[in-house]
This record gives sequence, structure tokens and C-alpha cells, in this order.
Amino acid sequence: MTRLLDIQNLDISLALPGGMLHAVKDVSLTLDRGEALGIVGESGSGKSMTALALMRLLPRSARLKAARLAFDGQDLPDLDDRTFAATIAGPRIGMIFQEPMTSLNPVYTIGRQMTEAAIARGLLSASAARKKAVDLLDRVGIPDPEGRMGQFPHQMSGGQRQRVMIAMTLMLDPDLLIADEPTTALDVTVQAQILDLLDDLRRERQMGLILISHDLAVVAERTDKVAVMYAGELVEQGPAKQVMFAPQHDYTRMLLDSIPRLDGEPAHVAPVRKTDDEVIAARDITRLFTSRKGLFGPRREIRALDGVSLSVKRGETLALIGESGSGKSTLARILLGLDQPSSGEVSMLGRPLAELPATERARFVQPVFQDPYTSLNPRRRLSEIIARPLVLRREGDSGSRLAAVKEAMEHVRLPARLLHAYPSQLSGGQRQRVAIARALVTRPEALICDEPTSALDVSVQAQILKLLEDLRREMGLTTLLITHDMAVVHETADRVAVMYQGRIVEEGTAADVLSNPTNDYTARLLAAAPRFGDGAPVTEDAR
Amino acid sequence: MLRYIALRGLLALLVAFTVSLAAFLLLNVAADPAQAIAGEDATPDVVEAIRARYGLDRPLSVRYFDWLGGVLQGDFGESYYWHKPVAELVADRADETITLALSALAVTILIAIPLGALAALNPNSWIDRFALGVAVSAQAVPNFWLGLIMIILFAVMVPIFPVSGDDTWMHFVLPAFVLGASSVPAVMRLTRTGLIEVMGADYVRTARSKGFRGWQLLRRHAMRNALLPVISVLAVQLGQKFGGSVITESIFAINGLGRLALESILGADIPTVQMLIFVFAIVFVAMNLLADILNAALDPRIRIG
Repeated sequence: MTRLLDIQNLDISLALPGGMLHAVKDVSLTLDRGEALGIVGESGSGKSMTALALMRLLPRSARLKAARLAFDGQDLPDLDDRTFAATIAGPRIGMIFQEPMTSLNPVYTIGRQMTEAAIARGLLSASAARKKAVDLLDRVGIPDPEGRMGQFPHQMSGGQRQRVMIAMTLMLDPDLLIADEPTTALDVTVQAQILDLLDDLRRERQMGLILISHDLAVVAERTDKVAVMYAGELVEQGPAKQVMFAPQHDYTRMLLDSIPRLDGEPAHVAPVRKTDDEVIAARDITRLFTSRKGLFGPRREIRALDGVSLSVKRGETLALIGESGSGKSTLARILLGLDQPSSGEVSMLGRPLAELPATERARFVQPVFQDPYTSLNPRRRLSEIIARPLVLRREGDSGSRLAAVKEAMEHVRLPARLLHAYPSQLSGGQRQRVAIARALVTRPEALICDEPTSALDVSVQAQILKLLEDLRREMGLTTLLITHDMAVVHETADRVAVMYQGRIVEEGTAADVLSNPTNDYTARLLAAAPRFGDGAPVTEDAR
Repeated sequence: MLRYIALRGLLALLVAFTVSLAAFLLLNVAADPAQAIAGEDATPDVVEAIRARYGLDRPLSVRYFDWLGGVLQGDFGESYYWHKPVAELVADRADETITLALSALAVTILIAIPLGALAALNPNSWIDRFALGVAVSAQAVPNFWLGLIMIILFAVMVPIFPVSGDDTWMHFVLPAFVLGASSVPAVMRLTRTGLIEVMGADYVRTARSKGFRGWQLLRRHAMRNALLPVISVLAVQLGQKFGGSVITESIFAINGLGRLALESILGADIPTVQMLIFVFAIVFVAMNLLADILNAALDPRIRIG
């Protein structure tokens, strides 16, 4: 039987202003029907490029070369673009993209986008396509699928949009599904549901699956074989269990070591100078939002936060976990003084936040945001970005500011030669270090980090988490860490607060909450978290 | 939605009255209207007689509120020059200007949008460079000069179209082209950048992964998104066509509002100038309102109200 996919010696190079970039080097992969292949690697390792090449979606400047690039016996380079679009893209190979927020067209309804390809190809009548779309939406777990068909993408959350994207791809019943980080933007409970669905489809329809991810835990659980890519090259390939538990290549081992784990000893030490001073104290915070359904609909009140009380003591790391929409970020904004609570009070070291002027607040608490690519001004040099809080506070002169900037850069392990660099010249991890340096420059009592590592690769994530840990040891820093990643909590937090639908449903020491959750929701969150070691680990002897 | 439109309508009136007040002050303070009507050689006695006859000896504020009171009852006063009610004068000539402005807008759309789209789909190709050349020259060439060149080329040397006048649709071809050409650069550039951005968007990649290519891709997933900002600009451009009609109508001897504006300014016919400014202001604001409503209708993310 012919293989579903046969790639031999694939090379992709990109023409960049600075010269040619060899993005994918000599990659060979094969896949049979009903089989799942995981491709793992950091951003820039060439894993997405390989997938885009299969779909002919490479940028114009890309040059592709392969000894063989065959799908179901058909040599893909032999097909002209029109034939490829008509026969392969969609009904044979489907692709789910990484960016759920932007992958759907904002001006057309969900229903139209889901059904158009099947109707335009003459595969289904309008009513049959509609029925199939509703069924698929229901299968991917979209509530009220009938009603959703008439809605627009902006009326849905990121997780829902990603599920629509998946359902849309399945409309054409592809024989091969390429999923590029399909669940990165989703909460763990939704992630598990989507991956289960893909598993089912694979079994039912003998569909081939390529799962591209930087999340090794997900890939290990869900695929038959795994390919590890690094700097455009395939460094290791083999059965999933063998690659995960008996890695041959140093890079694979490094990647495996940097994953935060739910089992084993936490990496962090007990707080150095823990006292009972409450650096941040929130009492009975409620935040209401009002919205209208439609143009003339009645006003509705949404309780984003409902009587939340929480305190962070000096020197400790409190992790706030919960799904998107649970109110974590609203709470963070209120604690930072960026939003006002409808009722309740926030105080910093006993002083009510409402009475502190904005520049004064900067001495107490500073934020670090999720996306280091958009939270730094691209037109300013690092020296200006980091010194900005001091300038706003009119603190010191240019000499003392420069000294403070250099000190903050030293704290976050950024080399001094980057002082005059622009953010675009830095990697994601370096940018997040800049964001932390900017937060530290006013010597605040506490940091509020909103998903500080979820936009980063695992190996970089490990470095940033270690940095936060070191800072705590060196400076006695107090941290409120907002995250949805249970393993990150296990590695870094002293205490945990779990948020669900605007309330704190469970609070306690990290060890207690993670090992004996008393709340149902916490237990569900933990159960859904992908973890290593599920399935039979290959022992040392088995190598 | 209805409330929003009513509110914006009210705002439009407010803008129109503010503009009319400014125009009134400028017209009456910059020069002595009685002197202007009488002409430079008139004796002081004649000037005084005219001043008394048109009530120009009353204080400015009294005269403005007198005018305003009339406007609120639909009476824009009587032309000093043609000795007819101004409203009648304007109504008689509005047809020509509306025809000219709309056909000029059609010319803009027909040239700018296809050219912008072709340039966007083939960036840095000869067609892109050609489109850029068209944009630069259309921007650099003054309207009156282009008008005269077109007359020489297509009415005198190759007599396809009539030189001037407004009797048949043939008379409107050259003026519409001249007036429309001035908006081509802005609209073409916006179409080009909008479409380039949209073609690089993630949702277009999604559509490509579903097997859409070429014209289908453009029609189904790119055009509406790219044209949203263009619509706002087109509405403003249409407003400018009314203003721009002053020059074009004079060159091609079209008896529309633009020509009327020029004649009444030269003749110091203050009531006519006042009403024209008022009407142009309302058209301008109304076009902007129309653009907002169209945008909200085409883009579900925009909710007005």
C-alpha cells in the first residue's frame, strides 16, 4: 500500500533582506493512514515551514526542493497550482492554524465560512452543508451550534474560534489533517477535549494526523511517532515513547529537562524572608460589566469578579490559576490600579490603593505582561524602555537613571551590550527579560506577572521561571503569578488560589492544592493537565 | 441606531450653522458688501442707497439672526443679482452638479479600485509601478490644467466630446474625468495598501487552505475587508466633488452650483453665497454620516449607537 505521506530530503530556503535563510534542511518524514506524527521544536525550528510547504502556503520568497514530496502516491510538485487547489487543499489535506483570533474572517458569519468551501466545490447542497456544519460544531463542543452559525468571529472567545476552525477543516473530510499548535491558545480542559476529538476522528476515518507543537507533553500523549526539529534539521525521529523516555539526541534531552513537571520535587526553595506583612491585600472585590445583546437588547450585567478576597505576603509567590474568562486578568488590572472595582478595596502595605497617585503606585507594584512581542515599544531602545518608569516618576537625573537601568539589566541577566538595542533585535525570552527589568527598575515591592511564559518556548520558559526564582532569592521579591499551567504552579508557587467564574474556589499551599484538591473544579483542572509519565515509561534498560 | 442617526443629523445642522456664521462674518467684514454690489466706480450716494435698500446698514448681529430666522422657515432670502429667491436659483442648478459629482465619483471608483487591486496583487511588478506613476501624476496635475489639456486633446484635436456646456451626457464625460481624476491617488493607494494587508492576513491563509485561489479568493475573503476603509474615504471624496465643482464647472461652462458659487462671489451676491456654503456643508457632513452607516452595515464588529 502506498504511504499517505512520503517526504524525502525536503529543503526550504527563504530569501531575506540579509541573505538566504535555510529554514528547513534535509527533512524526511513518512506517515501512514490513521497514524499520528508529532513534530516538536522551538519557534524558528522549521516545523511550521514543513507543514506550510505541504499546503503550498509558503511565503512568496521561499524556495522548496525535495527528492520526493508525495501524498497518497501523487507527487505534489507535479501538480500546477490550480489543480492542487482544486483537488488537494481542503478535501485531501486540511490544516488547522495556530492563531485562532485571526484565522477566521471577521466580516462573515461562522455559518458562511464553514459551509462555503463544501458548497463552492459542489460537494454538498446549502442545506446539507448547514446540517453538517451544525453537527460538527456540536462535536467540537460549541454550545448552541444552531445559534452560533449566524454569529461573527468577534462574538466568540479564542477557544471557541479555534474549535470553529477545527470544525471548519473537518467539513471537507480531509485524509490528512495538519494541526499547527491547535491547542496552544486553549485552556487545559478544552485542550483535552479537542485532542480527544482528533483521536476519535483518526480512528473512525483512518485520517492521518500531523500534530505540531512545542508542548512535548501533549505530543507524547497523542502521537505514534515523534520528530524533533532544531534549527531546521530533524535531530531525532522515532516511536513516541522511545523519543520521550529514551531520547538519543542532546537537544531532545535538554528540551525534556526544561519542561515544568507536576511530579517530583518543586524547583523552588521556601521564601527567604517571609513575613506576615501583606504587600497586596484585596478585600471583597466585585467588578460588574454591563453589556447589551444586539442593538436593542436588554442590558445584561456580568459579574467578572464576585467578592474576591486575596492577600500576598512579603516574599512569597502566590499563583492565581483558572481558565480564560475566570476573571484572573480583571483582578490583575484592579490590583495594578488600571481598573476600578465596583465594590471592595485594595490596599498595598496597609495603604488603600485608591488614595495612591499613579506614580506612587509604581513603587508598590509593577506588571509583567503575557506577550513580550507587543508589550514593548518597537521604536525605543532598551535603555529608554527600561528607564521609562523612572522618567515618568521624575526620579533622579540621566546619570542615575542609566545606573539603575544597568543594574536592572544585570538582575535579569541581560548583557550590557544590548543597552542600545531595539526590541526587534531580541528573542522572545530576551524581550520578556526586558519587561521584567522595566518592572524592577522602580524597585517595587511586588510584581504581578500575567502569564509571563505562555508565549514562550519551553526551554525559554524554564529560563524565565528560574530568573523569577533567583530574583525572589536575591531581592526578596513578592510575586503574584497568573497562569493556566498547573506544572508552572508546581514549580514556582508557595501558595495557590484557584479562580472559577469570578470567585476564588480554593486557596492553600501549592503542595496541598495540587496533591489533594478539595474543590471539584480544581480536580478537573489537574486531571486535564497533560503530564509526562502517563503510559508505560521506557526504563533505562529498555534502551 | 435611529437615535444615532438623529443625533448625527442634528450635529450636521450644527456644523452647517457654524460654517454659515463664519462665512457670514467673512463675507461682511472682509469687504464692504454695498461697495462691492455697486462696483468700484460708484459714487458714495449710490453706495449708500444700496446699503439702505438691502438693509446692510443694520448691525451685523441683527442681519445674521434675520437671515437665520428666514432659513429656519425655509426662506434663504432673495438674490441681489438675479432678483429671484435664492432657494429657487439653487434648486434649478443642483441637477447639473449632482450629475457631475456622482459621475466623477464613478470615474474615481472605476479607475482607482481596479488599479489598486492589480497593484496589490502584483507588488513591485510593472503594473504596480504604473499605478504608482498614475497616482503621482494625478496628484501633481492641477485640475484646471488637466481640464484644459483634455479639451485640447479630446474636443479640439480629436473632436470626440463637446468643448463645453451641459446639454447631453457627452458634455459630462470630460468634466467627470477631470474631477474624478483628482481623487484617484488617495483611493488607489488605500485600496492597494488595504488589499496587500488583507492578502497577508491569517484568514486569507485559512481560505487558501480550503482551496480558494485567484478571483474566488479575492471575492470571497479579501475584497470586503480591504474596501471597508476605502468607503469612508470615498464618501469624503464625494463631498469634495461638490466643492471641487467650482473650478471644473467654470472650465467646462456647466451651469451648476459651482459656477453659481463663482458668479455670486464675483457679483457680491451675499444671500446666494450664504446658501451655497450652507448646502455644501450639509452635503459634506451627510456624506460622512453615510460612510459611518455603510461601514457599520458591512463590518459586524462596528456597532454604532
